Amino acid sequence: MSDVREFLKGNEALAYGALRTGLNAYFAYPITPSSEIPETLATEFARSTFPDFRTFLQAASELEAINMVIGAAATGAKAMTATSGPGFSLKQEGLSYAAGMELPLLVVDVNRAGPGLGNLGPEQTDYFQATRGGGHGGYPTLVLAPSSVPEMASFPALGFDLAFAYRTPVILLADAFLGQLKEDLVFPDVPSPSYDVAWAATGARGEARHVLSSLHLELADQSRHSRHLLDKRTRIAQREQRAEEVGTEDAEIVFVAYGICARLARRAVRILRSRSIRAGLLRPITLAPFPERRVRQLIEQGRRKFLVVELNAGQMVDDVRLAAGGAANVELLGEMGGLLPSSLDLVRAAEAMAR
Amino acid sequence: MTAAAELYEPKLGALPTLTGTPTHYCAGCEHGTLTRLIAKAIDELGVRERTVMVSSVGCSVLAHEYLNVDAVQAPHGRAPAVMAGIKRVRPDLLTFAVQGDGDAVSIGLLELLNAANRGEPITVFLVNNAIYGMTGGQMAPTTPSGMVTTTTPAGRDPVTTGPPIDATRLVAAFESPAYVKRVFLPILPTPSPRVFNARGALEGAKAVRHAFEVQQRGGFAFVEFVSTCSVNWKLGILEAKRYAAEVLRPLFPPGLYRDRFAVEGR
Repeated sequence: MSDVREFLKGNEALAYGALRTGLNAYFAYPITPSSEIPETLATEFARSTFPDFRTFLQAASELEAINMVIGAAATGAKAMTATSGPGFSLKQEGLSYAAGMELPLLVVDVNRAGPGLGNLGPEQTDYFQATRGGGHGGYPTLVLAPSSVPEMASFPALGFDLAFAYRTPVILLADAFLGQLKEDLVFPDVPSPSYDVAWAATGARGEARHVLSSLHLELADQSRHSRHLLDKRTRIAQREQRAEEVGTEDAEIVFVAYGICARLARRAVRILRSRSIRAGLLRPITLAPFPERRVRQLIEQGRRKFLVVELNAGQMVDDVRLAAGGAANVELLGEMGGLLPSSLDLVRAAEAMAR
Repeated sequence: MTAAAELYEPKLGALPTLTGTPTHYCAGCEHGTLTRLIAKAIDELGVRERTVMVSSVGCSVLAHEYLNVDAVQAPHGRAPAVMAGIKRVRPDLLTFAVQGDGDAVSIGLLELLNAANRGEPITVFLVNNAIYGMTGGQMAPTTPSGMVTTTTPAGRDPVTTGPPIDATRLVAAFESPAYVKRVFLPILPTPSPRVFNARGALEGAKAVRHAFEVQQRGGFAFVEFVSTCSVNWKLGILEAKRYAAEVLRPLFPPGLYRDRFAVEGR
């Protein structure tokens, strides 16, 4: 394969990105606005274009799909599924078990609007469910937030790298806008990585057998395992905080935004700078671990005003405030219901805050 | 080796696929019998090194402590989906789960029936003891009408809770499953006080082996083991065996419900 230029929807790009990084198994349950992901993968599976892609299967429910991912991942395969909010709620059971068993796998959430069925517009209301570990029992999650179609394509590779490096589920949190947005992109010709899967359950040979279980009936055993998971969370938090920055070095006001909102903020930064307001953008790429270190460093460097833009009633803003620890003015511009603020809304809010 | 394990070993003999860990199963429980039948079949077929069992939730949750094979834990009821995931990427492996009636027939009915309908090459062993054992004796989907449980103190009322579900006939209602069998597992007292009828265990041994053979030939295999739970039925061990023979056996008739590959004919 050589570098390939394409013009794709975010969901399609994500599917091809996963295939190009050697996806072995995809287990599907259709839900708008993520359905182009299974549709693209079903088409490519039928064409047998990607030799590593051994399995595409439409499951009978979101629960079946995530548990099939668990089974495939337990053998060391690169396995994933995608969904949207209502389905993401159902995935939480499986994510808790997968985290407890330390299974590397990928779950994509193309966030739609509202609690319950809501609507098919974009929101970022699944932030808490994704970053806090939405299932029971307390466990680390690793959450990546793409902000463009090229990142929809490249983040499955990053996601699998992190999932296998730490043996933990990775969540790719996109939104309805990114899923449907079309952009052009280049798929680089890079070989798909292979990972150390010596831990996998593929039959006990010799003395060693592998029991992948989240059951620890002895209290001391569970305590040890929970501490092990906590240590992993700490290690991930130390090493894997990622963010992109625009103009933060001299900014009097810093937008904090991810996903589709980061694109609005990028434009707002340009407009504000043309009006002689020094604006900047901190775009978290990892939502968990949240790039709190950069927030603290920016404050140490004199940044005092942060305007968080997100498609919810205020979720990531909590993480920014926690990182700021009261040492900066952190305000929220939230929009809900599937609507987006305009870049000019961002400009006006920033101007009001800058005064 | 613990004293309990020493007691266990000389009586029953070591098998490569048994870890030797004494089971937590109550005296008289058929889970222990089935564990041994599974180990025996795996050893006879020589497949231990490519077997991955899936642990379910219920009294069988610790089965991987006793069976010396690789294992993956499934959430409550989801074992057939986890097994499907394993087999879809690794068709060379042998996979099975021991599920209870609550796991397979209540919370996991969707997973069981859809795996059956797709004809997934997996093996489900259902231990039907008509009650939730692990959680302390609540009504199961297979609880007979009238049985007193902790959640049906006046006896199960089929008008408000439905009649017991026949999982074997449900699975056999689909075309895809290749092997569907129901075995009455408990040993039974005979008129002679020291002699017991262990035909169920012999039948069970064959059924386990057949179910694995069917999987190796690419078929979905389901075996229901009608069993007892004397502790939660609040009966003595032998009373429970008699109750099972009198009440459960007519309700869940043993027999061969599907044998597409004619594994029993040979």
